[in-house]
Amino acid sequence: MADDTRPLSPHLQIYKPQLTSVLSITHRGTGAFLSVGAFFLTCWLLALADGAEHFAKIQAHFSTWYGCCLLYAFVFSLYFHLCNGIRHLLWDVGIGLDIRATYRSGYAVLAATVALTLLTLFLASGGG
Amino acid sequence: MARFSTALARVRGHGAAKSGTHHWLAQRLTAVALIPLSVWFVVSLLAVTEMNYETVIAWIQSPLVAVFLLLFIFAMFYHAQLGLQMIIEDYIKCKAVKIASLIALKFAVFFAAFAAAFATVDIYFTTP
Repeated sequence: MADDTRPLSPHLQIYKPQLTSVLSITHRGTGAFLSVGAFFLTCWLLALADGAEHFAKIQAHFSTWYGCCLLYAFVFSLYFHLCNGIRHLLWDVGIGLDIRATYRSGYAVLAATVALTLLTLFLASGGG
Repeated sequence: MARFSTALARVRGHGAAKSGTHHWLAQRLTAVALIPLSVWFVVSLLAVTEMNYETVIAWIQSPLVAVFLLLFIFAMFYHAQLGLQMIIEDYIKCKAVKIASLIALKFAVFFAAFAAAFATVDIYFTTP
């Protein structure tokens, strides 16, 4: 096809990663990862509808170390995507579009994500 | 709105993407809906202290929970489909593969969303 034969200048190999670009691709990445999570939710609900045995099996997987890691990966991704999503919605209405506000909100998103994830970990382990 | 293209150009698919604005708006509306819905989802799951068959079924069997869960499922899968569609449109260059992927995506998301919603309704009407 005509579109894939032309050469491209180096881009990802050369451009210095910045908060803006890194958060942007992470937003896309967490979104895609959460889509996988959505399919897991379907499986979980189907197992629940299938009866106590099937549900116990799927819950057993989530209680393992890899299951817990996966769950917390989803939790972290959800909080990041949620907070950065709000940042995007504010940009859509014209708020915070200058570079300083962008960097400040970017760091705020990272801080909020970590805080919310830790809070969830704390609450899930029976605290509070 | 004035359309500055010839009839032939329109038939050939040149010019504006026609439903781009709708896609953009749907993505923002589902995002806004998902802010309270996903927070509700995480908080609710944390509140179900013991994750076994009986407690989860009991949680879903309240009308408000079932309604919010269905709304969450709908908004989440619609939002996911829109986001994944953007990823496919951005990174897949070959037209045939792109179109096949977009169709497969639509089917997969619809299947998962329908299954999740069906499971929820089924669980709601289950007599333990």
